[in-house]
Amino acid sequence: MSTLSTPDPLPFPSGPVRRHRGRGVAVVGSDIDTDRIIPARFLKCVTFEGLAAGAFADDRAERGADHPDGPHPLDRPGHQGASVLIVNRNFGCGSSREHAPQALMRWGIRAVIGESFAEIFFGNCLALGLPCLTASPEVVTAIQEAVAADPGTILELDLEALEVTLDSEAAGENRWSVHLDPGPRSRLVSGQWDGTAQLLSHEEQLRATADRLPYLRGFPARTAAPAEA
Amino acid sequence: MSAGTLYDKVWDLHRVADLPGGSTQLFIGLHLIHEVTSPQAFSALQDLGLTVRHPERTVATVDHIVPTTTQARPLADPLAEEMLATLEGNCAAHGITLHGLGSGRQGIVHVIAPELGLTQPGMTVACGDSHTSTHGAFGAIAFGIGTSQVRDVLASQSLAMSKLNVRRIRVEGTLQRGVYAKDLILHIIRTLGVKGGVGHAYEFAGPAIAALSMEERMTLCNMAIEGGARVGYCNPDETTFAYLRGRPEAPDGDAWERAVAWWRSLASGPEARFDDEVGFDAASIPPTVTWGITPGQGIGIDEPVPTLEQLAPEERALAEEAYRYMDLRPGQPITGLPVDVCFIGSCTNGRLSDLRAAAAVARGRRVATGLKAFVVPGSEQVAAEAEAEGLDAVFRAAGFEWRQPGCSMCLAMNPDRLEGRQISASSSNRNFKGRQGSATGRTLLMSPAMVAAAAVSGQVADVRPLLAVPAALH
Repeated sequence: MSTLSTPDPLPFPSGPVRRHRGRGVAVVGSDIDTDRIIPARFLKCVTFEGLAAGAFADDRAERGADHPDGPHPLDRPGHQGASVLIVNRNFGCGSSREHAPQALMRWGIRAVIGESFAEIFFGNCLALGLPCLTASPEVVTAIQEAVAADPGTILELDLEALEVTLDSEAAGENRWSVHLDPGPRSRLVSGQWDGTAQLLSHEEQLRATADRLPYLRGFPARTAAPAEA
Repeated sequence: MSAGTLYDKVWDLHRVADLPGGSTQLFIGLHLIHEVTSPQAFSALQDLGLTVRHPERTVATVDHIVPTTTQARPLADPLAEEMLATLEGNCAAHGITLHGLGSGRQGIVHVIAPELGLTQPGMTVACGDSHTSTHGAFGAIAFGIGTSQVRDVLASQSLAMSKLNVRRIRVEGTLQRGVYAKDLILHIIRTLGVKGGVGHAYEFAGPAIAALSMEERMTLCNMAIEGGARVGYCNPDETTFAYLRGRPEAPDGDAWERAVAWWRSLASGPEARFDDEVGFDAASIPPTVTWGITPGQGIGIDEPVPTLEQLAPEERALAEEAYRYMDLRPGQPITGLPVDVCFIGSCTNGRLSDLRAAAAVARGRRVATGLKAFVVPGSEQVAAEAEAEGLDAVFRAAGFEWRQPGCSMCLAMNPDRLEGRQISASSSNRNFKGRQGSATGRTLLMSPAMVAAAAVSGQVADVRPLLAVPAALH
């Protein structure tokens, strides 16, 4: 249950996110939506603090000690302190709630590997410095199985080389390539994933854009055709 | 790469700068905020010593956490009251207009912005809510964002974005009687999948789309995100202009004609190039309901729950999970499945035409014994208009509860929620596990008329025969 998890165990990322090393935890299944990652009742808050308890809360409660499949992966003793989440297709679909990556990060997650991600979730993670890397279904399944079989397996993610290395006592070392689009990768590696300052640095361009938008200027007569970009 | 589409034109117009790594800084013309995803953004703004750059382009309302039985202050739930008070404080501190409870303009953010005329063709619209795609119905580029991005828009009126591919979804023909925009979008998602739209904006086009009212287009674009498409839009046309004319925030006087000329020029022209194109025939689409735990798990009302063999291999694991969760058998008819709760409302289907369609079914009939049915208008204005034409009386006479506006049991952040294993017929947009407030509760998505049909039948039922029989003779 949630008492096993340590709230807010690591400092949140700051600066460049180039590599991460840690143990993994696999949550298997496709189309896992953000209502499952954090049910709506946990959104009744004005800060993100304390959201770790909400991470997969209903799924974890359903998987009590007597459940035939055993406790939810996040509640297994071997996965306490894990920092890499391994998921399947279309992870994070549904609601735009940033509470979802916030809850995962406050539980301890610092990187996610999956077959694919929903767009808003991916963007929310990027804005927090949480890399979402994709890999083929075969690679994802192999990592999920390795981590489930040996929770002590160490994963090493390299965002510059776009590789993940697994090191476990049982299976030795394995290395696979992972994918991250150049834009998000560059923002993470350069440390410019938290972009407010960068957006504000374009003061002149912001002003010029506002000045050419017909609807901000009372639809002046000369804007009958779309303005040039 | 797409070219000459409405999406391309609006994107180019709002491009502020190119950012390192290939993303674009995009100006946001209209920023809508609410109580759930904004408080942390305002806190972050304060921590950074920043202020709101364009408070006059930022508009707030309260919708997710408001109760629908009594909205007297303070709200009974202290956490809800704290969230509302925080929003009020932030709006007052930054000079942002808040359409609060009892203002006559409060309601679900995706209902009030269109009805006030705030949402207009050619705008970029952002809101910390995934159903922001709704505003695409007007030919705006509208999308949901997270709280860090809300902070960025508050601070800079812009966002770092990657350009999407544009898929045109062309719908020919005419929808049958008893088949609505909700059925159309459920059918599209069922066909293209819940992640089929990832990386895409959906342009809805063709004769069947041109024939839709603005409220129907909003229903359609609202659920683009359920198909994975963060953006969905329709090209602006005479229907769009007629809807906007005379709205409080719409241009008027001389500006109106100039605005219409500009809006008209934004539509994807015959020369427009799309990354992808898909076609549908409206006439072949039946009333559609979901049977599973994603909006893509839908079937026509006359179809049985699919068997594993009927599904693509990659869909089977999720289907097995859905059979278990929903307690349905493969091959079982969906018609006749008993329901416990009927919910009419939400940003998908809480507008006046939705309530009219449901009332047409409810009129002269009675909610089945033991079933809870309630109607939550999408806004105070929708409630007032519905009451003015007596729809509230129709619903009450039929045994529905008539509530006050808010998001309500779509996501159950207020006291409206399922209990235990209850099964709901719901006009909302998500049937995810636990979505409606009970960790084991079950949701069947359908049109408001179909929800009304379920309410009076006590079970999932085809609305078409009910529309054929004059209610007074029923």
